[in-house]
Amino acid sequence: MAVSSAPGTTPPGTMTLSAWAVMLSLIAGSILFIAIAANAQDAPMAIHAWIFVFAFLAGIMAIGQRHMNATSGRPLADDGTGYADGVVKAGAIATLFWGVVGFLVGVVIAFQLTYPALNFDTEFLNFGRLRPLHTSAVIFAFGGNALIATSFYVVQRTSRARLAGDIAPWFVFWGYQLFIVIAATGYLMGVTQSKEYAEPEWYADIWLTIVWVTYLVVFLGTLAKRKEPHIYVANWFYLAFIVTIAMLHIGNNLAIPETWSSSKSYALFPGVQDALIQWWYGHNAVGFFLTAGFLGMMYYFVPKRAERPVYSYRLSIVHFWSLIFIYIWAGPHHLHFTALPDWAQTLGMTFSIMLWMPSWGGMINGLMTLSGAWDKLRTDPVIRMLVVSVAFYGMSTFEGPVMSVKAVNSLSHYTDWTIGHVHSGALGWVAFISFGAVYCLIPWLWKRERLYSNTLVNWHFWIATLGIVLYITSMWVSGILQGLMWRAYDAQGFLEYSFAETVAAMHPFYLIRALGGVLFLLGALIMVYNCWMTIKGRIRESEPLPARAPASGAMPQPAE
Amino acid sequence: MAKFTHEKIEKNSILLLILTLITVAIGGLVEIVPTFLIKSTIEDVKGVRPYSPLELAGRNIYIREGCYNCHSQMIRSLRSEVERYGHYSLAAESKYDHPFQWGSKRTGPDLARVGGKYSDEWHRLHMAEPRSVVPESVMPGYPFLAERALDYRNIENGLRALARAGVPYSDEAIANARADLEAQATLDADTDELMQRYPKAQARDFDGNPKMISELDALIAYMQMLGTLVDFNAYENTDFRQ
Repeated sequence: MAVSSAPGTTPPGTMTLSAWAVMLSLIAGSILFIAIAANAQDAPMAIHAWIFVFAFLAGIMAIGQRHMNATSGRPLADDGTGYADGVVKAGAIATLFWGVVGFLVGVVIAFQLTYPALNFDTEFLNFGRLRPLHTSAVIFAFGGNALIATSFYVVQRTSRARLAGDIAPWFVFWGYQLFIVIAATGYLMGVTQSKEYAEPEWYADIWLTIVWVTYLVVFLGTLAKRKEPHIYVANWFYLAFIVTIAMLHIGNNLAIPETWSSSKSYALFPGVQDALIQWWYGHNAVGFFLTAGFLGMMYYFVPKRAERPVYSYRLSIVHFWSLIFIYIWAGPHHLHFTALPDWAQTLGMTFSIMLWMPSWGGMINGLMTLSGAWDKLRTDPVIRMLVVSVAFYGMSTFEGPVMSVKAVNSLSHYTDWTIGHVHSGALGWVAFISFGAVYCLIPWLWKRERLYSNTLVNWHFWIATLGIVLYITSMWVSGILQGLMWRAYDAQGFLEYSFAETVAAMHPFYLIRALGGVLFLLGALIMVYNCWMTIKGRIRESEPLPARAPASGAMPQPAE
Repeated sequence: MAKFTHEKIEKNSILLLILTLITVAIGGLVEIVPTFLIKSTIEDVKGVRPYSPLELAGRNIYIREGCYNCHSQMIRSLRSEVERYGHYSLAAESKYDHPFQWGSKRTGPDLARVGGKYSDEWHRLHMAEPRSVVPESVMPGYPFLAERALDYRNIENGLRALARAGVPYSDEAIANARADLEAQATLDADTDELMQRYPKAQARDFDGNPKMISELDALIAYMQMLGTLVDFNAYENTDFRQ
C-alpha cells in the first residue's frame, strides 16, 4: 500500500490538543443535556436528552480507551500506518444493519396498508409513525452509511492519503448513528416536524449539522493531503453531495422551538413558502443524497470492478456541472396545480425535463465503462448488480421527467405511481449500487481472497430483482388506476367513484407490493449471511468462480 | 491571460467547493426569493385567521400522528378535484401554517375542506375504529386519543413561537391561550373573548366526554375548522386568477 501518514505526524490515539478539545466539548454537551433533561417539557425530550448524555459519556470513554490502547501498544480499531479503514469497516456493517431494519419496516407498513388491523390500534406502531421511520431508515441510515463509508474509502484511495483527523472520522460515524437513533426513536414517540425526509426535530437537526460539517472538513482535509494532482471524478460528486446537503438541511429545517427544553418546534416559514422550501429540499435530497452521492460510488466501483477506465472524461465534466446546476430547480414539480404560483410550477417542470439529459449522461458514462468487458456480466454477479443499478438509474430518471410534465402529473400526483417511481430509484438504483459496493468492499477491507459465495450473490440478485419488478409494476397499475378512478365521470356527468371505492380497488396491488418487499428483504438477508461468512474468513469451496485480487494502488486518472 | 481549462478546478479542492456551492445555490435563490417578495403570491382574502389554541393543539396531534403521510390538504385546480372536495385551495388559506400540511399522497382523501362535512359523532367513531363508518378504509385506529387528557401546559409557548415566526397573535391572545383553549372545548362556556379573537371558532364538547379535555377534543376541533374560514360566496372565481 503506497500510503502512510507523512513522517512526523502524530500517531493515532495521541491526546493532541484537538483530542482534548473534543473531550471537553463532549463534557460540556453532557452538562447541557443533563440541564435539558432536568427541565424537559415532555417525555420524548427527556428520553432524548438522556440518550445524548449517555452517548457523549461513551464517546469520552472511547477516546480515553483509544489513547490508552495506543500508549500501551495494543492494536487500535484501525492500524495507524496505512489507510484509516476501521471506520470504513464499521460503515459497511452499519450499512447492512440499517438496510435490513429499513427494508423490514417497509415490509411491515406495506402489510399495514393491505391489512389495517396490523396497526393494532397502538400509537407507537401505527402507519403514520412507522412510515417516516421506513423512509429515514432507508434513505439516511442505509443510504447515508453507504455513502459515508464508501466516500471515506474512495477519497483515501484516489488521493493516496490517509483520512484527515484521528478522532474526526470516528466522530462522523458515531455522531451519525446517534442522529439516526434520535430520529428513529423520535418518530415512534411522535416527535416530528412533518416535513417529509426532514422529520427530525430541531435538536436532532442541530446535531446533524455539527456531524455533517465535520464530515465536510474530514473530506476536504483528505483531499488537501492528496498525493494525486487531480481530484478524481468520484470525489467531485461526493463533495457536491456533502456540501449541497448541508445547504438544504439548514435551509429547510429553520424552526423556532417551543422552549429550549421542548421537543416541539414550529417551522419558520408558512404555507406556500414552506411548501416550496420543503420540496426544494425534498427533491434535492433525491438529487444530491440519492443521486450525486451514489454517482460518486458508481464512478469508483464500476470502473474498479470492471477493470476498465471511465468511458468519457469529457462527459463526466459536462454531466457533473449540468446535473448539479439543473437539479436544484426541479423541486416545484411536486406542487403542480397547487397554490404555488404558476410561474414557479412551470419553471420546475421545465428544468425537470432538462434534467433528463445530464442524468442519462451519467448512465451512459457508467454503462459504457464496461466496453470491452461485457463478458464480466456473465461471470461476475457483483458487476451484474452494479450494471443493473445503473440501468435502473436510467429508467427512473426517464420516468421522473415524464411525471413532472403537468398533464401527466395531474394524473400521477397523490397516487402510488409516485411511490413506485421512488422505489425504482431507491431499490433499483440506490440499493443495488450500494449492495454492489459493499460486496466489493467486504473482501477488500477484511483482506479476503473473495466473497464467501458468488452463488449467493447470484441468488440475492435474482430474488431482489424479482421483488423490484413486483413492486414497481403493482404500483404502476394501482397508481394509474386510482388516478383514473378519481377523475372518472359517469354518463350523467357526476364523479363515478367515491373515494372509498378507489381505496378498495387498491387492495390486490398492495398485497403484490408487500410480497415484492418480502423478496427484497429476503435478498438482503442472504447478503448479510454472505458478508458475515466472508468476514469470518470462510470460502464456499464448491464454487469454481475465479477469485478477484483485492484493490491496490490508486485509480488511473481520466485526465492523465 | 492563460487559457482556462477544467484542470484548474480539478487540481484545487477549494475552487471546486466554491464553484459547486455557487452552481447549486442559483436555482433555489431564483425560485424561492420571489415568493417572499411578489405580493400576488398570496391572495388578499377575508376570513383567514391564526389557529385558536385548541385548533393548534389539534393540529399538533395531526402532525404527531403523521396524518400528512396519507392525507393532503391541497385541492388542486382541476375539475374533478373541485367537484369532489370543494373550491381549490388558496395560498392565503395556509398563510399561518407553520409548517404547511399540503401533503404528497392520498392514501386517504384530501382534508383541506373536511370541516363541517361530518358530525363530531362520526369523527369519534371514525377515530376509534375507522372501519365502523367506512368499511373500505385502511386507516389505523386511534382509540387512545379519546382516553388521554390533552397536555396544553405549553400552549402559550406555542403561540409565542408562532408569533416570532410572524403569525399575528397579540400579547393578549398569548396570555389567554389556556383560558381560550378551555372555553372552546367546554359545552356552554363563556366564549365572547374567544370569538372576538378567533372569529368563526366552533366551541363545544367535541369528544362527547365533559369530564376531560382530551386529545380527541383538540383533533376534532381542528378537523371541523379545516377549510371553513373563507366565505367563497363573497368572491367571483375570477378574483383568484393570477
